[in-house]
Amino acid sequence: MIEVRWHGRGGQGAFTAARLLGQAVAIHEHKYVQAFPSFGPERRGAPVLAFTRIDDKKITDRSEVENCDYVVVLDDTLYGDNVTKGLKDGGILVINTTKDASAFPKVGNYQLVTIDATALALDILGRPITNVPMLAALAAASGNVSVDSVLAAIDDQLAPRIREKNKKLFVAAYNAVKGDK
Amino acid sequence: MSEKMFICGDEAVALGAKLARPQVIAAYPITPQTIVVERLSDYVEDGSLDAQYLHVESEHSAITASIGAASVGARTFTATSSQGLLYMAEGLYYASGGRLPIVMMDANRSLALPWNIYGDQRDSLSQLEAGWIQLYAEDAQEALDLTIQAYKIAEDPEVMLPVMVCLDGFVLTHTYEVVEIPEQDKVDAFIPYQKYANRMDLEHPMSNCVTAGPDYNMELHYQQHLATIKAGEKLEAADKEYGKLFGRTYGGMIETYRTEDADAVIVTLGSVAGTTRCVVDKMRDEGKKVGLLRIRCMRPFPVQEIVDALKGVKAVGVLEKDVDHGFEGVVYTNVNSALMRAADKPATFSFIAGLGGRSILKSDIENCFAKLLRQAAGTPQSPTVEFVKLGCE
Repeated sequence: MIEVRWHGRGGQGAFTAARLLGQAVAIHEHKYVQAFPSFGPERRGAPVLAFTRIDDKKITDRSEVENCDYVVVLDDTLYGDNVTKGLKDGGILVINTTKDASAFPKVGNYQLVTIDATALALDILGRPITNVPMLAALAAASGNVSVDSVLAAIDDQLAPRIREKNKKLFVAAYNAVKGDK
Repeated sequence: MSEKMFICGDEAVALGAKLARPQVIAAYPITPQTIVVERLSDYVEDGSLDAQYLHVESEHSAITASIGAASVGARTFTATSSQGLLYMAEGLYYASGGRLPIVMMDANRSLALPWNIYGDQRDSLSQLEAGWIQLYAEDAQEALDLTIQAYKIAEDPEVMLPVMVCLDGFVLTHTYEVVEIPEQDKVDAFIPYQKYANRMDLEHPMSNCVTAGPDYNMELHYQQHLATIKAGEKLEAADKEYGKLFGRTYGGMIETYRTEDADAVIVTLGSVAGTTRCVVDKMRDEGKKVGLLRIRCMRPFPVQEIVDALKGVKAVGVLEKDVDHGFEGVVYTNVNSALMRAADKPATFSFIAGLGGRSILKSDIENCFAKLLRQAAGTPQSPTVEFVKLGCE
C-alpha cells in the first residue's frame, strides 16, 4: 500500500489534490483508493492535512495514516518536524518553495524535491493555487500515476472554466520536475 | 452496466437514496451528514429525482414531516446526526409505533457536552429502544447498498418498521473511495412501490390505533416486538437477493472473520471493523488465534447468531465508540446478555474507544487482543471495562 500525506493551509486545496490523485488511480488505473481530509471543522488559513491511500487490493484499514511513502507540502511555512514525521526510508518529500533545497536539510533517508509551484500557478492560472502543480511534482518524482490519468481526473472533477488552464499547469510542473531529475 | 465512482460516504448514501426513488424527503442539515442533504436537494432541483423536498426548520420537524408522508403511503427518506437525532427522539417512537417504513441515515457523531462534531456511536446507540431497525455500515459501498436494502426490509408486510442506516461520521461520511453504483432499473425491480396496508386512505378509512389504552397497548407492543425480530431474517433474505442482482453480499445480522478455532475475538461495529480485520491478519500471521465478529444489525439484536459464532472462544472483547456512564459500553451489555445463553460462556471485556473522534490505531486494537489472549491463556485480566488509550488516571 502507498500512503501519501498532504500538508497545506485551509483554502489551498490540499484535499482537492488528495482527491484528484485518488480519482486518477481509482477510476483511470482501476486501483483501490481512500482519500480523506484531516477530520473536523474547516478553517481558511489553518494548517490542514489530507491523505491518499492506494493499493492493488481492497483497503479496509480505517485508522489514521501513521507512516507514509510520500509527503507533499503546499506551503513551505508549514515545514517542520511534523512534515518529516513518519516519512518512510526511501520515500519522497515534495515542497513548494522559492528557497533552495539546502534550506531543508534532510533528517532521514528520503528524496527531496523542491519546486516553485506558486510561480507556475501565478503564471498560468493567475492565482496562487498550487494543488495541481504539486500533484504534478509528486507524479513526476514518484512515477506512481500516469499523466493521462491525472489529466482525465482533472476533466472529471474540476469546473469546466478552470480545466484547460489546470491541465496546462499540470504538464508545466510535471516537465519542470522531470527536467530537474 | 453499473458505474464506478470515486465518492465519499455521504455521496454514496445520497445516491442510494436517489436510486430508491423516495417520494418525500424531509431533512435538516447537520455535520457530518450535510453533504447527503445537499446532494438530494440538488437532485430534486435538477429534476433527476422526482420527490417532494421539504425544507424543514429542525430535526423534530424533519421526523414529523416524514411520519406524515409515510402515514399516507409515500416512500420517505430523511437523514440526521448526533444532536439532530436526539431532537427527533419523540418522533422516533411515533414512527416505529405507527409501523411507518421510513428510512433514515444517521452519520454517527458524538453527543454534547463536551461539544464535539467528530465521530463516535453514542447518538444512535442511545436510541436502541426507539423501535427502529438499526444497521451499521463498514464502508461507503455498504452504506449505499444498505440504504437501498433498508426499503426492502422496512416495507416488508411482515415488518413495517422504520430503518436507521448508520455510518461513522467523517471516517466514512467524508472519506472518498470507489463505489459501484447499481443500475436504476434493477433497483426498481428490487424495491417496487407498494401500497402498504396501514396507510391512511380516504377510500378505505380505518383506525390505525394511534391511541391504545390498557386493553390493547400490550398486544400492539408484542406485535411490534415480533415484527422487529422478523426483520433479522428479512435482512438476510434482502442481502441474498441483492447479491444475485448486484453481485455483492455482506451476510446477515453479523459477519465473522477468521473466528473458526479463535481463542480471542473482538466484537465491534462500523468502520473500525475494517481496521480490526488488518490486525487479525497480522496477528494470525504471527500464529495468534484471533478473530473478528462484526455486528451489522443492533436491532433486532443477533442473539443466537452471536452465541453460535463465539462457541469455543475463550475471551471476547467488545470494542465500541460508546459508554453508558456508570456501567459499561451498551454494545457490550447486549453481547454479554446474549452470551448468558451460551452453554460455556467466554470471559468478556468492554473496550471503550474512539469517543469524540479519538483515533483508534492498529496498535490499540492489538493491545486489546493481547489482553484477551492473556485471559484465554489462563491469566485473569482486569478491569472488565477499559477506556482504551486514556490520557488521565
